[in-house]
Amino acid sequence: MYQYDEIDQTMVEERVAQFRDQVARRLTGEISEDEFKPLRLQNGLYLQLHAYMLRIAIPYGTLSSRQLRGLAQIGCTYDRGWGHFTTRQNLQYNWIKLEDAPAALADLAKVQMHAIQTSGNCIRNTTTDQFAGAAHDEIEDPRVWCEIIRQWSTFHPEFSFLPRKFKIAVTGSPNDRAAVRVHDIGLRMHKNDAGEIGFEVIVGGGLGRTPFIGKTIRDFLPKQDLLSYLEAILRVYNQFGRRDNLFKARIKILVHEIGIETMREKVEAEFAASKHGALKLPQEAIDQIAVQFAPPAFETLSGISAEYANAFRTDFEFGLWARRNTFKHKQPGYSIVTISLKKEGAPPGDASAEQMNAVADIADRYSFGEIRVTHEQNLVLPHVKHSDLPAVFKALKAWDLATPNVGLASDIIACPGLDYCALANARSIPIAQQIALRFKNWERAHDIGELKIKISGCINACGHHHVGHIGILGVDKAGEEFYQITLGGSADDQAALGDLIGPSLNTHDAVDAIDTLVETYLRLRKSSDERFLDTYRRIGIAPFKEAVYVSA
Amino acid sequence: MSLLKHGRLVGEDAFQPVADDAALPASGAVLVTYARWQVEREQLTGRNAPLGILLPNNLDVLDFGAEAERFDLIVLQFPKFSDGRAYSQARLLRERFGYRGELRATGHVLQDQLWHMQRSGFDAFEIPRADAVEAFAKASRTFSHVYQPTGDGRVSVLKQRLAAHNNKNGRSQEAAE
Ligand code: HEM
Ligand code: SF4
Repeated sequence: MYQYDEIDQTMVEERVAQFRDQVARRLTGEISEDEFKPLRLQNGLYLQLHAYMLRIAIPYGTLSSRQLRGLAQIGCTYDRGWGHFTTRQNLQYNWIKLEDAPAALADLAKVQMHAIQTSGNCIRNTTTDQFAGAAHDEIEDPRVWCEIIRQWSTFHPEFSFLPRKFKIAVTGSPNDRAAVRVHDIGLRMHKNDAGEIGFEVIVGGGLGRTPFIGKTIRDFLPKQDLLSYLEAILRVYNQFGRRDNLFKARIKILVHEIGIETMREKVEAEFAASKHGALKLPQEAIDQIAVQFAPPAFETLSGISAEYANAFRTDFEFGLWARRNTFKHKQPGYSIVTISLKKEGAPPGDASAEQMNAVADIADRYSFGEIRVTHEQNLVLPHVKHSDLPAVFKALKAWDLATPNVGLASDIIACPGLDYCALANARSIPIAQQIALRFKNWERAHDIGELKIKISGCINACGHHHVGHIGILGVDKAGEEFYQITLGGSADDQAALGDLIGPSLNTHDAVDAIDTLVETYLRLRKSSDERFLDTYRRIGIAPFKEAVYVSA
Repeated sequence: MSLLKHGRLVGEDAFQPVADDAALPASGAVLVTYARWQVEREQLTGRNAPLGILLPNNLDVLDFGAEAERFDLIVLQFPKFSDGRAYSQARLLRERFGYRGELRATGHVLQDQLWHMQRSGFDAFEIPRADAVEAFAKASRTFSHVYQPTGDGRVSVLKQRLAAHNNKNGRSQEAAE
């Protein structure tokens, strides 16, 4: 895993000192709230309904056990003993006091972490595949590139006051688990015919009130040119992105308005002028970062572990969990374990400080001290030996962390919604809880199979509802909470935006409607192998619409 | 309002701003708008005195850059601190078009942006506060290192590490010889 050197450490500490000074100037009134706002936002501090919310960056979703313990400690000291994992591979604390924020950030710096650029109109935390460095299907570990981007984008002098926030995602696998087509820039690695690895560059994707699937601006970019090309895109955006209307300021609108061809011309012209400049990456510099992501010391294993096979046969619950919550590792004899933070009835993505400490201990014992955070608000133990899986299951279960529902109907993404968020129209967490309870029966849930339900409390789409197989959007109807339902969205390599099925429904009807949609799918699917999304793509919206509105 | 150049207070601005509809003074350095420059190129270059220009922040610098070297002062604008277009204009003028004259920031110039501005190539600032010199000095010290190469010539962290690495390897090779 990447370790800060003295330089990185100095930079985060200087950032804390700078912010301490800014908070002091705010508290004495030397700077106005208006002037302070962008400063606190660039340090992840938002003013919310009840208190300040502090958003911590978890660069490319990778944590060491020591860092996770650090997050638990900060949750105890400055929050109410909880942390909330988000779709941006970030962690949020919902109950922070302004005066405490510099101290919390100083504690964070002690475990090589920060809240830099987790908010504000700048380049945000770069996200990636949560299985990076472990997945059997990846071309190369994308975290190397995320770290290179992290450093380049940190305190970028030219791009700290962009028209709007800017999010970059990278996938090293053809099976996109990082939703790269719905980011401002998405990078997807490819190997060309000559065996060289480079990036497909996708631009102008995004959710929010005007969702777009990103467009490919370049099919293949040599690795050493990555930063020059990113800088070219950002420079075009910084100058020509709209600043007259907050809702039209994202790069997706620029790309939409001038067209991808014009965008490409501008970017390529800028790139042509700068590609041989100081940003060109020497191979040795790439290697220096890459060695820090070298795989851990795996054992050479062969054959099937007896413990594993035995547990699978004898322990029904274990079998259920192992089938749902593990993923194929590139190293024979190992698995990737997803820890569900979606126990039915609990707020999605919440973890108590005790749970975080427990996961840190389990990671130390069974996963080389490594943990990942997923954009689906779960945690991952990336490197678990098959023979250790039964023990890991048992240890997780003791902390209520072994819900066998990864990718199932109850593995719901939900934004903070009206429970915490100042912009919300409706609550998201309670509706997620109610829906999840409907699918608590494991037999039914496993029979339904993969189903991605995503909920946002308002049009800003923090809960990714546009790309949910079933998307739910909270709207306000004469002061009452209503929900719009969309079907057929997807964030993977065949990214698509969902289609609206009809008029919005009140809370009770919306929860019922989800049940109806699922029953309709079960009735009409070709076989149990056909996922909800596939059935929808095959038969279209009409039968679902009818089931919800006509029979109701 | 304080005018700062290279971190020091400038008592009086050498450049006299001239409104678009006002007559040009007979002599002395002037600051004119981009609009005026476009229609009065000849008069302005014929004056034989230092010339400054105020560029709108929505100007595509690529259309202007080739002319930049005719000026002794270019003023770029920050109508609001959150409007960061002039950072790109500044870097393009310095790094792409090789502009060497004074590059001045005006408008909503706050202490916490001075660091970004310096790195982007500004060397002069109109700062709406009395303690501008201290504010500037403090802002310049914010970070000991830089992660990005820009025209300010500071060595990026990446290159610093590479040099350290090569030095170490170079030394150990020597020792082995
Ligand atoms: C609680 C306070 C929050 C506020 C005030 C907030 C605000 C916003 C706003 C205004 C947008 C729309 C931006 C645009 O379309 O230009 C947005 C989008 C988004 N936010 Fe949040 N957000 C909050 C929490 C979260 C959380 C907890 C997450 C992660 C789980 C998150 C992730 C996202 C994502 C993924 C998008 C849409 C993708 C995109 O940027 O296009 N936000 N947020
Ligand atoms: S989607 Fe809306 S309600 Fe939900 S967190 Fe984002 S801004 Fe708040």
